[in-house]
Amino acid sequence: MKKIIFPLRKEKDIEKLKIGDEVFISGTILTARDLAHKKLVEIIKKREKLPVNLKGALLYYTGPSPKPEGKIIGSIGPTTSKRMDKLTIPLLKFGLKATMGKGERSNQIVNLFKKYKVVYFITYGGCGAYLSQFVKDIKILSFEELGPEAIYQLFVENFPAIVGIDIYGNDFFKRKV
Amino acid sequence: MKSIYSEEIIEKIAEKIVEINYKLPDEVEKKIEEAYHREREKYSKKYLKVILENIKVAKENKIPICQDTGLPIIFVEIGLNVKIRFGKYKNFDEVINRGVEYGSRRGYLRNSVVSPIDRINTKTNTPAVIHYFLSEGDKFKITIVSKGFGSENVSKIRMLNPSEGKEGIEEFIIETVKKAGSLPCPPLFIGVGIGGSFEKSAILSKYALTKIGENTEYREWENRIIEKINDLKIGPGGFGGDITVLDLKIEIFPTHIAGLPVSVNICCWAHRMGSFEI
Repeated sequence: MKKIIFPLRKEKDIEKLKIGDEVFISGTILTARDLAHKKLVEIIKKREKLPVNLKGALLYYTGPSPKPEGKIIGSIGPTTSKRMDKLTIPLLKFGLKATMGKGERSNQIVNLFKKYKVVYFITYGGCGAYLSQFVKDIKILSFEELGPEAIYQLFVENFPAIVGIDIYGNDFFKRKV
Repeated sequence: MKSIYSEEIIEKIAEKIVEINYKLPDEVEKKIEEAYHREREKYSKKYLKVILENIKVAKENKIPICQDTGLPIIFVEIGLNVKIRFGKYKNFDEVINRGVEYGSRRGYLRNSVVSPIDRINTKTNTPAVIHYFLSEGDKFKITIVSKGFGSENVSKIRMLNPSEGKEGIEEFIIETVKKAGSLPCPPLFIGVGIGGSFEKSAILSKYALTKIGENTEYREWENRIIEKINDLKIGPGGFGGDITVLDLKIEIFPTHIAGLPVSVNICCWAHRMGSFEI
């Protein structure tokens, strides 16, 4: 089991990760799903300033359920990453270092992640209740009007995931079983 | 003649939609446990273990099993001898939607319903998709499916040639699951609707999902298809394991001499459903 902290400080930290490695993620990560991605890409197209700092960042594809009274957070599992494939490409130039969701991604993404040295983490689909235990704090960063689709900042401790795409162009879903 | 007060229906729907999002049906949980014991591939087995832990955490902590608390699909079976006594809300769709709204708010379910093109959230988790079936006597039954969309997105409908028959149907089902791969959160539940018209087959396929765990007419054929799908080795999470499908149910309706409509409705392992009668 490997431990990794975000935002990433040294490139070296992701160089040691290989597909199939089980990892514990700690630190500060950002959430974004379909609509937030669309908005970020529109901002980039207009050459305006991004509302979030993507340098060294991990983007987690999720839209949490509402926080029940007396709890830190509701259910917060991954959504299908593939829907974000095309929308991820314009973000790569801004220093994004990792993404996390569920399921396979396109070959184009595998190749681009090799080029830009970005890692893709798979976490456990449908397990939002279990995964909520590793989220210690949540706050809205941007696009509040989107409700569950807003960009949230999460503080996580030992959040479990598997390396799905490493920076060497390997894809967990294409490995030999 | 049986009288039912609309307020009672609202309250029962609100309770049920929360309950099904916190706790899976026993037959669904049983299938997952069986899969955990049968699975041999390392990552797939680990995922099934996490799933079982997740089910436990959701139940104990009273939070949704999955953050995608689904699009509410409501099947209403209502006998012609049932009289609805309306209160504040004057039509039946409204009664159902208020039940869904109250339950979603009370149970901290995610508001996942938006206008399709502008993507504006209705912030009530409504309108629900409602299917009415007329029934005999004073039967009144509501079945709720909170349908996750990762799996809904990879569902398919095809108008087959009549000559393609059983073989063609199997090929289409297998092709659909193969193409879906890791995206719909396997291991899956699959509803298959065969016959009727274009839309009838789709509704049948959704209805078939409510029959999970039941021993129905086509059990033998269903088991054969399940085996063939598991041979694909997609496995839990798409991690390459043995168990790709937990159960598959078929519903059949007569069709036109020129056609053979087939719908394949895919559902993730977190098959949230429940029903009540009044």
